[in-house]
Amino acid sequence: MTFLGLKEIVASLPYLLKVGLTFSVTLTALAAVFGLMLGTLLALCRMSPSRLLSVPATLFVNGMRSVPLLLVIFWFYFLAPYVGAWIMHSPTPVEVGAYRSAVITFTLFESAYFCEIMRAGIASIARGQMQAGLALGLTYRQTMITVVLPQAVRNMTPALLTRVITLFQDTSLVYAIGAYDLLKGFEVAGKNFNRPVETYILAAMVYFTICFSLSMGVRALQKRIQIIR
Amino acid sequence: MNYQWNWTSFNDLSPDGVHTYLQTLQIGACWTIALAVSAYVIALLLGSIIGVMRTVDSKIARAIAATYVELFRNVPLLVQMFLWYFVLPELLPKPLGAAIKQIQQPWGQFFPALLCLGFYGTARIAETLRSGIRSLRAGQRQAAFALGLSGFQAYCFVILPQAFRVVVPPLTSELMATIKYSSVAMTIGLLELTGAARSMQEFSFHTFEAFSAATIVYFAINSVVVYGLMLVERKLAASSSSPRKASSALPLSEVGQS
Repeated sequence: MTFLGLKEIVASLPYLLKVGLTFSVTLTALAAVFGLMLGTLLALCRMSPSRLLSVPATLFVNGMRSVPLLLVIFWFYFLAPYVGAWIMHSPTPVEVGAYRSAVITFTLFESAYFCEIMRAGIASIARGQMQAGLALGLTYRQTMITVVLPQAVRNMTPALLTRVITLFQDTSLVYAIGAYDLLKGFEVAGKNFNRPVETYILAAMVYFTICFSLSMGVRALQKRIQIIR
Repeated sequence: MNYQWNWTSFNDLSPDGVHTYLQTLQIGACWTIALAVSAYVIALLLGSIIGVMRTVDSKIARAIAATYVELFRNVPLLVQMFLWYFVLPELLPKPLGAAIKQIQQPWGQFFPALLCLGFYGTARIAETLRSGIRSLRAGQRQAAFALGLSGFQAYCFVILPQAFRVVVPPLTSELMATIKYSSVAMTIGLLELTGAARSMQEFSFHTFEAFSAATIVYFAINSVVVYGLMLVERKLAASSSSPRKASSALPLSEVGQS
């Protein structure tokens, strides 16, 4: 095995990084933001005294967490056209595409995991905070939004960010529905230059560099937060 | 929604000409369980060694273990799967690589997947066990040494029995995670449960029947594992005064890992 083709591969890297990395990062960012919002809502539902809210939320979260991500990706990839047709009253399935179905899939899938982190976060806030808020005359919703949730998010920031790193790694699974993400970019380069071995190794190195530096950052942040507390 | 459900399609003959789709899904479920369980055993054995190495006094051992864990946790599982399947045979000496590529159909995919999941799980179990060991009181270790036990004996008879008891719940969720991760093996062509469902979808176009069946089987497997955990925990609770919970010693960043 030689590394003769490496020069060409490196020359094509800017393009790969632009298209593939943009896809992976946008998908991660969108799924993280929407997933966190939905996950927080789910956490509030799960902790609600009303069974009408807590039972469906619990079923959704436990269901999502017991099925492989790959299967969920397939489910939504094939389900989305039918749901789209149902919403838009179209007689035939609507074309949704790999990107949009991936955003929906990862948002829903990650919301289940974010829900569990936020639940732990809310539970970690002393009950006196809620009682004090209510005693000051704030409503439950006001206390939750202005007092409890900000503290919960701050306590859980390292856990949330670690989950986002995992999410970034998991976005490589859109390979299964043929989306052009970072990994796919490397694979295409490998096929073009007939150098699959080198490009797979290069892909692993790029993913490692990104994820390792991010997790170092999270670790540093965690130390800072611990000192403040 | 105008989708034609047809549950009788499970009795149709699959493209292999021998089995019905129902049978291919059953075979897929068996591959999933075989792959996940054997990968979990590897991960448990190697993970215990790496996990212990992260807590010993020797700096070199700690550095090696930390490097291993960071390396395997920061590369996506799918990329690792490709490295084991496509790249490893090319890096080995030519005759050996050629021999590996000639292994018959399911086994030629099964072994790379097994190695991949096993070594990936090793890193995760090592981290779990390390937090379990760190949750024990320092006095336990000191008392063991004061009694004249060697390092090996201290780990075997004092530290590890207590640490493993603490990490039973995370180790169970790791088994469930391994079952879920085993689906990634379909990308290198192993027809485990997700792969069998995908293949049924591709050939029969009964998309949602196939995925529903796979989903139900994953639910069933999960329920069995959860029930098994309940039995183990009941037995442990009866046989011991429980030590401090592992969760109190877990760094916050590890809560989100699953």
